Amino acid sequence: MLSIAIPVAFALLTAAQLLNLYRLLKGPTLLDRILALDTMYIDAIAMFILMGVFFHSAVYFEAALIIAVMGFIGTVATSKFLMRGDILE
Amino acid sequence: MTFVIELLVSFFLVMGAFFAMAGSIGSFRLPDFFSRLHGPTKSTTLGVGAMAIASAIYFSFHGEGISFHEVLITLFLFITAPVSAHFLAKAALHQGLHRKESSPETSRKSTDR
Repeated sequence: MLSIAIPVAFALLTAAQLLNLYRLLKGPTLLDRILALDTMYIDAIAMFILMGVFFHSAVYFEAALIIAVMGFIGTVATSKFLMRGDILE
Repeated sequence: MTFVIELLVSFFLVMGAFFAMAGSIGSFRLPDFFSRLHGPTKSTTLGVGAMAIASAIYFSFHGEGISFHEVLITLFLFITAPVSAHFLAKAALHQGLHRKESSPETSRKSTDR
C-alpha cells in the first residue's frame, strides 16, 4: 500500500511545486512572488516529511524544522520591508 | 494490524499531497492577489498537517517509542501560517492592490439588477 501511496504523493507534490514555480516566475506583483516562495517552502517541508517516511530515517525532521523557521522569518521580513521600507524599527 | 496502520499512513500521505496540490492550483488560477492569498495559506497548511500526522503514525509503529517531532512542525506551521498571511495582506493593502472588479460574483450581481 505504501509503495503505491508514496509515488502518488510525490507526483502530486511535484505538480504543486511546478505550479508554484510558474507563479513565482510570472507573478504580476512582487507580493505574488513572495506568496509563491512561502507556499514553496511549505511544500518543501511536506516533501522532506515524505522523504523521511520513504527512506525510513528521522534525520529529515530537523531539516524540515529549520526550513519552517527560516521561511517564516523570510516571509515576515520581506512583507514588513514592503510595508514600512524597513525591517527593524 | 500492520495493514490497518499502513492503510492509515497511506491515506494521510495522499490526502496531504492532495491538499497541497489544491492550494497550488488556487494560487495558479485565481484572478487577483487577495483571492490567490487564501488558497495556499489554508489548504497547504492542512496538507502539511495531514502529512505530519501520517509520519507520526508511521514512526510510532515502526521506530522506537512514540514520535513527536512531526507534531512540533505541525504546531509551528499552524501558528506561523496565519501570521505570515496577515503580514502579506497588510503589505498588499499598503501597496494599494485592489481586487479585480470583473470577478464572477460582482458580474453576476450586476446582471441581476
